[in-house]
Amino acid sequence: MRAAYGAAERGFAMIDELVFKAGGWLALALLALVFAALAVDTPFAVHMVIVAITCLILLWSLVSRADYGAMARGLLKMPPDEGVYDDDPVRWGVLATVFWGVAGLAVGLYIALQLAFPALNLGLEYTSFGRLRPLHTSAVIFAFGGNALIATSFYVVQRTCRARLAFPAAARFVFWGYQLFLVLAATGYVMGVTAAREYAEPEWYVDLWLTIVWVVYFVVFVGTIVKRREPHIYVANWFYLSFIVTIAMLHIVNNLAVPATIFGSKSYSAFAGVQDALTQWWYGHNAVAFFLTVPFLAMMYYFVPKQAERPIYSYRLSIIHFWSLIFLYIWAGPHHLHYTALPDWAQTLGMVFSVVLWMPSWGGMINGLMTLNGAWDKIRTDPIIRMMVVALAFYGMATFEGPMLSVKAFNSLSHYTEWTIAHVHAGALGWNGMITFAAVYYLVPRLWGRPRLYSLRMVNWHFWLATLGIVFYAASMWVAGIMQGLMWREYGADGYLVYSFAESVAAMHPMYLIRAAGGAMYLAGFLLLVFNVWATLAGKVREEKPMTETPYNAAADRPLAPVPAE
Amino acid sequence: MTYDEVRHFADSWGLIVMVAMFLLFIAWPFRKGARRHHDEAANMIFKEDDNGRS
Repeated sequence: MRAAYGAAERGFAMIDELVFKAGGWLALALLALVFAALAVDTPFAVHMVIVAITCLILLWSLVSRADYGAMARGLLKMPPDEGVYDDDPVRWGVLATVFWGVAGLAVGLYIALQLAFPALNLGLEYTSFGRLRPLHTSAVIFAFGGNALIATSFYVVQRTCRARLAFPAAARFVFWGYQLFLVLAATGYVMGVTAAREYAEPEWYVDLWLTIVWVVYFVVFVGTIVKRREPHIYVANWFYLSFIVTIAMLHIVNNLAVPATIFGSKSYSAFAGVQDALTQWWYGHNAVAFFLTVPFLAMMYYFVPKQAERPIYSYRLSIIHFWSLIFLYIWAGPHHLHYTALPDWAQTLGMVFSVVLWMPSWGGMINGLMTLNGAWDKIRTDPIIRMMVVALAFYGMATFEGPMLSVKAFNSLSHYTEWTIAHVHAGALGWNGMITFAAVYYLVPRLWGRPRLYSLRMVNWHFWLATLGIVFYAASMWVAGIMQGLMWREYGADGYLVYSFAESVAAMHPMYLIRAAGGAMYLAGFLLLVFNVWATLAGKVREEKPMTETPYNAAADRPLAPVPAE
Repeated sequence: MTYDEVRHFADSWGLIVMVAMFLLFIAWPFRKGARRHHDEAANMIFKEDDNGRS
């Protein structure tokens, strides 16, 4: 009798909680609709409607998926099994990486074609280059790269700590909250909402939302490290943690702003003039450092040893690599402001630290490559290893080119030209893209419990399409950049500039076509990844010739028979 | 604290502290007996791979 009472009471308490939560989501949806009604500009109203729809979807999923039978019987929910890793957010993250990758690369190809054929702007504000470019950069960096980082960080931190994710509900909030941030950012760009800050275009309310999501991400990650069952914190986690902490700091300082009204999307930066410029590039370059380098090195330090089945070449070097990047990278930002109003000493400081960065970067590259020492044949037989090796080669190339371009004399030729675009894409397509593809190929069969990928030969095709695509892309933009820089500074005998700006634009048309072709190859390779991942998930395994075979000659494999003397 | 005081602190004591910390962190992995820890840490990722079921 008493037990029945207890069960009934628990059941009522659970119903109360459900009603309370559902009411909360409804209230939030209504609040968002009030903001939409009071909005002073249309994009803000659209965003508030998106927020309201999100709240209603959450309300619907809460009510429709609740286990009413269990509530009626007053059964407590079973706690999760601590003996199994919590991989659902990792699986969603991998799928989101694939989805946003297609979107980001396709938009990139489209704006590359716009530069060659301006008619593709279609005469519409929504499809103009100025609005689609931030859509492309944010989609590839924050949506494709960011989802890959969240997914792999949750995967790696669990494996290396040998502990289940702390705060599973918070981990799910991080994933879905981050997707909401991406949707608000992407739709905002198309509607013309922008804070006009490089790689930080979302406006104040989207920035605030990302700050909340990021703090929760930090809590989940640190919580998992705290409950680890291993004495040592593996070095990949150091890289991931510094990424989470530093991005929080950069994001908050760079986006300090005062909204014009809380019912509108416009805000004004807290900084002005050269201070604002330096803040933006302090953020901008460290976004390259702590979003596109450090956490991708975390991937390198886990997935390269795992795929090669050999420990990292030098664990000591990985620690030196880590602290050198942490102490040096943060000062390199001023090299984006050479020959501007920024004080000369600050420009030189940025240049010097950029040049110094070359050494630790190459230390890290060597550490990754030398992990294959004694197993170099895997480059021939394993296309995933091949992708990793090319990723590291491009990491080395980009971290050599970067210090070189940061030297003032060099920068006077290269700045504002397509050379910068070549540099960024060698790093982004070669290093970030390739290491992410390798990680996705590593993760997919393991996360979905498949014996292997649908096709390794297809990975090989992806590898060659992507590598050749990068070569076309980078080479054409190098040529375009140097040509542009030389044309701009060409003086005639009479002291006038020889070329008008429009002439330099017209001269680049063939290079723009080659670049678009390279981008199309890179996208085609990625579509092979999409198909390969889909087929693997569907449980298909392609019958194919293996990448390597065991050479065996039965005729030769026998002892020498004694031959009787004649 | 004025801007002037902050920057003088930053390029004297601040600089010394940062450089000292950096040198300490770089020297730390070279300490005696570090090699065993490093070997253990580097090989830890191969211990188990069956979704935590072992």
